[in-house]
Amino acid sequence: MAIVHSQASGMGGVRTAGDLVARMQLAKSMRLNDAKKYVADKLGVGLLDLTDEVVMREVREELDISTVYMGYGAASRGIEAKANIAKLLDIEINCVEKFKNKTGMKF
Amino acid sequence: MVLTRMGDGAFVKMTESEVRKEVEAGVEEAVKKAKCSPLTEDDIKRLIEIICEPRKFVSVERGNELVLTYDSQPLKFTRLGLPIAMPQILQTYERGLMADTLEMAYVHYSAKPVKMIFPEEQYVVAETLLTTTPALLYGVMPNMPMYTKPDGPCENASELLPKGLIKEAQEAQLEAADLLERDLLLLGEAMYEAGADGLDLDTTAAGGDAEFYACLRAIEKLKERYPNMSIEVGMAGEFVLGFHGSLEYKGERLAGMYPHDQCRMIAKAGGNIAGPAINTNTRKSFPWNLARAVTMCKYAAEVSPIPVHANVGMGVGGVPMQITPPIDCVSRASTAMAEIGKMDGL
Repeated sequence: MAIVHSQASGMGGVRTAGDLVARMQLAKSMRLNDAKKYVADKLGVGLLDLTDEVVMREVREELDISTVYMGYGAASRGIEAKANIAKLLDIEINCVEKFKNKTGMKF
Repeated sequence: MVLTRMGDGAFVKMTESEVRKEVEAGVEEAVKKAKCSPLTEDDIKRLIEIICEPRKFVSVERGNELVLTYDSQPLKFTRLGLPIAMPQILQTYERGLMADTLEMAYVHYSAKPVKMIFPEEQYVVAETLLTTTPALLYGVMPNMPMYTKPDGPCENASELLPKGLIKEAQEAQLEAADLLERDLLLLGEAMYEAGADGLDLDTTAAGGDAEFYACLRAIEKLKERYPNMSIEVGMAGEFVLGFHGSLEYKGERLAGMYPHDQCRMIAKAGGNIAGPAINTNTRKSFPWNLARAVTMCKYAAEVSPIPVHANVGMGVGGVPMQITPPIDCVSRASTAMAEIGKMDGL
């Protein structure tokens, strides 16, 4: 069922910008269109680019915010990517804050 | 002829005018039950197009995509008999299944038993957070009946009510609601301290209005303590069962609330995303069920101050009641909820 929804109406997750739009809904209760516009503005792309895996892979690599590709030369992943996403979207991500507290790192 | 299905998944053939009649009847039923606005004529025409599309699989037009949240991602693999650890299941959702969000969950999926294994659950949450990118919620079903006899310490309201012991049944439910609220607070605290982005309460109010009351109070308290915690609340059914009958939250009676009011209450408590669940009637057709579900959800999205993610799965959101939901129906429901229901997500 998850596959059907992802193909029929889903934004595409980390493959595109679905995870970023979802973060704005979850963090700020933004409605869908507002969240899409917020993310598109922050990324400097158009609204239709948000679900284009060709455009978004380049954008995500450039911004170093993870893609689904994990091999040689891959963009930051996991907690590294989330630290960059928190700065990019201007939100606080709980596990990134925990990471900072535990390591004493400030970024 | 249009090949569609019944609410139990069986194929049925209809003419396009028969599909229209079913759609119109579904809309009418939603308006009557939920006291909501009907779909517009343009909405009905588009819905009929989606249902009558001859291709097996239907999808939204580019630009109409929405956000997907989930219920219990690990459990879906466990049910398939795939012996994969929970962090790897969530990585698979992220990198292989295009998930916009992740949800960690214990296989029982009820709030009460998770309490016994907090350290183990915190470990998988913390471990997964290191290697995944999307927001990660911890999901549970509040499942208040687990606090009643024979599974818990409280008297069982469903045994007291048939005996006419109304007051005793109400008191027993409040006692169970109090225990549930405490467990949800413990759970929220434990998972947020482990680093999770927040909680997903799934099948909320399955135990009736007292369960909804406990969840709303828990959300309010968790948000007071952790203002940045994200909380999604998925409902159990299209209206809140009034097992207690008199409970109010912030001056509004909870029993009998339909999706638009459920979403408003979740927002009032501080929830970030509300998830209405419209039940499928297995004796009615897929067009009837989908029209009814989209009508209720569209109105809920119109009045809700927070994002609305409709539940669209086995036996809810217009989808036939089947453990293997037919792809033709799921893709049509997914498309209709996005383009006609104007959902923020599913």
